Amino acid sequence: MSGVEDKFVIEPERYEFSAAPMHQFELARRDFFKILGAGIAVFAIAKDATAAQETAPGHRSFHNEEWPKDINAWVHIGEDGGVTGFTGKAEIGQNARTELAQTIADELRVPFESVRMVMADTALTPFDAGTFGSRTTPTITPQLRRGAAAARDILVEAAAKEWNVASAGLLAAEGKVVDPASGRSLKYAELARGKTLAQNLPAEDPITPATQWTIAGKAIPKVDGRAFVTGRHQYTPDLRPAGMLHGKVLRPSSFGATLTAYDDSAAKAMTGVFVVRDGDFVGVAAPSAHQAQTALDAIHAQWKEVPQISDKEIFSYLKQNAAAKTDDRFRKQRGSVEEGLTDAAHRLDATYNVAYIAHAPLEPRAAVAQWTEGKLTVWTGTQRPFANRDELADLFHVPESSVRVIVPDTGSAYGGKHTSDAAIEAARLARAAGCPVKVTWTREEEFTWAYFRPAGVIEIKSGISGDGTLTAWDFHNYHSGASGIETPYVVANQRTEYHPVPLILRSGSYRGLAATANHFARETHMDALGRMANVDPLDFRLRNLSDPRLRAVLEAAAKSFGWPRKKTQAGQGFGVACGYEKGSYVATFAEVAGDKKSGAARVVRMVEAFECGAIVNPDGLRNQVVGAMIQGLGGALFEAIEFENGRIKNPHFATYRVPRFRDVPEIETILLDRKDIPSAGAGETPIMAVAPAIGNAIFDATGIRLNNLPMVPNGLPSV
Amino acid sequence: MAKPIELEVNGKRYPVNYPADTPLLYVLRDELGLTGSKYGCGEGQCGACTVLIGGAPRRSCQIPVSAAAAKPVTTIEGLEKDGRLNPVQQAFLDAGAFQCAYCTSGMIMSGVGLLQTNPNPSQAEIVQFLQGNVCRCGTHLRIFEAVRQAAKMMREHGR
Repeated sequence: MSGVEDKFVIEPERYEFSAAPMHQFELARRDFFKILGAGIAVFAIAKDATAAQETAPGHRSFHNEEWPKDINAWVHIGEDGGVTGFTGKAEIGQNARTELAQTIADELRVPFESVRMVMADTALTPFDAGTFGSRTTPTITPQLRRGAAAARDILVEAAAKEWNVASAGLLAAEGKVVDPASGRSLKYAELARGKTLAQNLPAEDPITPATQWTIAGKAIPKVDGRAFVTGRHQYTPDLRPAGMLHGKVLRPSSFGATLTAYDDSAAKAMTGVFVVRDGDFVGVAAPSAHQAQTALDAIHAQWKEVPQISDKEIFSYLKQNAAAKTDDRFRKQRGSVEEGLTDAAHRLDATYNVAYIAHAPLEPRAAVAQWTEGKLTVWTGTQRPFANRDELADLFHVPESSVRVIVPDTGSAYGGKHTSDAAIEAARLARAAGCPVKVTWTREEEFTWAYFRPAGVIEIKSGISGDGTLTAWDFHNYHSGASGIETPYVVANQRTEYHPVPLILRSGSYRGLAATANHFARETHMDALGRMANVDPLDFRLRNLSDPRLRAVLEAAAKSFGWPRKKTQAGQGFGVACGYEKGSYVATFAEVAGDKKSGAARVVRMVEAFECGAIVNPDGLRNQVVGAMIQGLGGALFEAIEFENGRIKNPHFATYRVPRFRDVPEIETILLDRKDIPSAGAGETPIMAVAPAIGNAIFDATGIRLNNLPMVPNGLPSV
Repeated sequence: MAKPIELEVNGKRYPVNYPADTPLLYVLRDELGLTGSKYGCGEGQCGACTVLIGGAPRRSCQIPVSAAAAKPVTTIEGLEKDGRLNPVQQAFLDAGAFQCAYCTSGMIMSGVGLLQTNPNPSQAEIVQFLQGNVCRCGTHLRIFEAVRQAAKMMREHGR
């Protein structure tokens, strides 16, 4: 019985991570005030650098050369009373900018409007591994809170000194230190004036409990909302530095193809056009995007292609090419599955397949690069600015201190913007052209040359006793990943194993990672098992669950959904699914309308209960939860990347179907606010239970059990 | 040398020195610096580049600049008047009808276009009208609500 107590390694399916150079924290403390002006600064020192940097412990390929420096957030109070929070996290639509500013304002006792966040700029913010894994809330909000609490203490001490009184009786409120005894007050601005005071902060400082929050916990609207509704906000593709050229990159004819013949003479002859060939890289830069495309089209290239696996054979390929022996980290066992299966009154074995899907962020990958006296500045929409910086430094043989990566608030990512592709391309072209270059990927490039949520095969063997208690659970995931692989149900005999397979398509993180695939398989399977035992699907889950937080979301969602429900019309069906991951809990109920005759299957209503500890911003949270449900609906019903001969066959919105207005059902969310539990992240987990809830409802409506994602790309299968 | 095309955008006239078949979107963004209209697909499939041409919502990535020359063009930058937001913009702001907000300009322009011809659209009409606009963050329900609220605001205040 090995490894029972071991936790699964965190998110091993982040294939896009490759070994990165060592990190250096470049901004010396003395430079800090030069940039920001005088005032008071507090550097939050993480108690546990490993956790604070959200690296994946034990993951060989990721930053294991040396743990990065231990500072991951800081707070500055300027001479004008303006408060600035700094973090390497990026704003990618998840509303971190608002939530983090709320946190600082709450703890520092200043109006929300006086706080601004500087985010994801490698020259100004502390190192951060990346905006992923639902880590911003659990990691950065406590650090900023501790920084703000310490800054408040410094301000109170400064006022006490000024007035020559004991600090114990003084209060901080509304951006001022107040002496209730005398009625005197001093603004933070007055206290910060003329100071260049920096303090390192131990992580153990007490912070305000959620029950006493006044600004955090409120539904404060997204900051900069007006800039978005007026079109003034500039995303990376909107930037136009003076003298900028537009870059385009020549893509191979298919995945893995190599250049065998090449003629760029016609392109080179064009006025104002730069052509760069460097190893496998071929790109052009020109004064307009149109000219760049014309020049690219004028390059004659021949490619040698290599045989490629297609979507027709991918699932058998994945099963056959799994490593013979898996890593101990990916295997967990308890009791005897064989005995549990022998003891079972009912047995059910099934296989589930999950297709590759695309993130399809509406802002495609883009970067603007500018070289000035050997130093490189890149603006790019990435979730990992520091990794981009390191990779650029490495590729261009310059020190990391010569590369600055800045992330404008980005048009979404969903786990799809971890790599440095556009940044590298723009930087290479800019170096050749000697002026700034912007590269914006086309939609077709985005669908083809980015990376995908990996396909996977999941096999389950299981057994239950006559009263509907699980006796055996044997769960194997091939290729898609280990997130959310462990069953939350109580089973004495269980084996869970993740089997890595070498990549076929370029694959990487996707909102929720493999938790979506693993929950789809598990919760579909649980539904089928419950029906074998003639137990109501909700009762069957509750009977086998002990986790009170998971039970609570199930019960809350069931109540709002009206479970158990009587069918009132033909083709109506109801389904449920649940799970937990990354510290948060979800239960989803779905109502569908299915018509076996026409093959139509439509989601009519979804109800989801979600709990992630103390809620920092209920409005932003609701947006994320509903957004995840709608995104999950696409992968559940119809999204799939089609590929053959090393080509993506549906690299357009016309052929890769994403959820649109007509697909969106009535949606209800119940947010359980647990002020007694530290806040967890919420961007990912709300997606996990959508597909199985819908699938279970389709079975309830039609009697058709769908074990593959997407479930109904061409409507219900004919029986 | 062909006569330069003249565009009227947000009430201002601009000479344009781009080939006549250049999509309007690239002229707006790259020459006029009006980057509020977004590139999402360049194929007329996502609606992020939606502008009004002669009052009607159009995918600017699919309209040759020469075809836009005859009629006034309105982009997201042209909606705000004297610091006052268009009711559709205001309704999006009030409803928090965005997450990454990359689709927002196109959604708002489509909403403005819809309400100009149909001041009291039904639920089905709004859905039908916005079907060509992709919001990948899944903010559809709030966008829908914002358009409804804007319609209400405009009917009640005659704006």
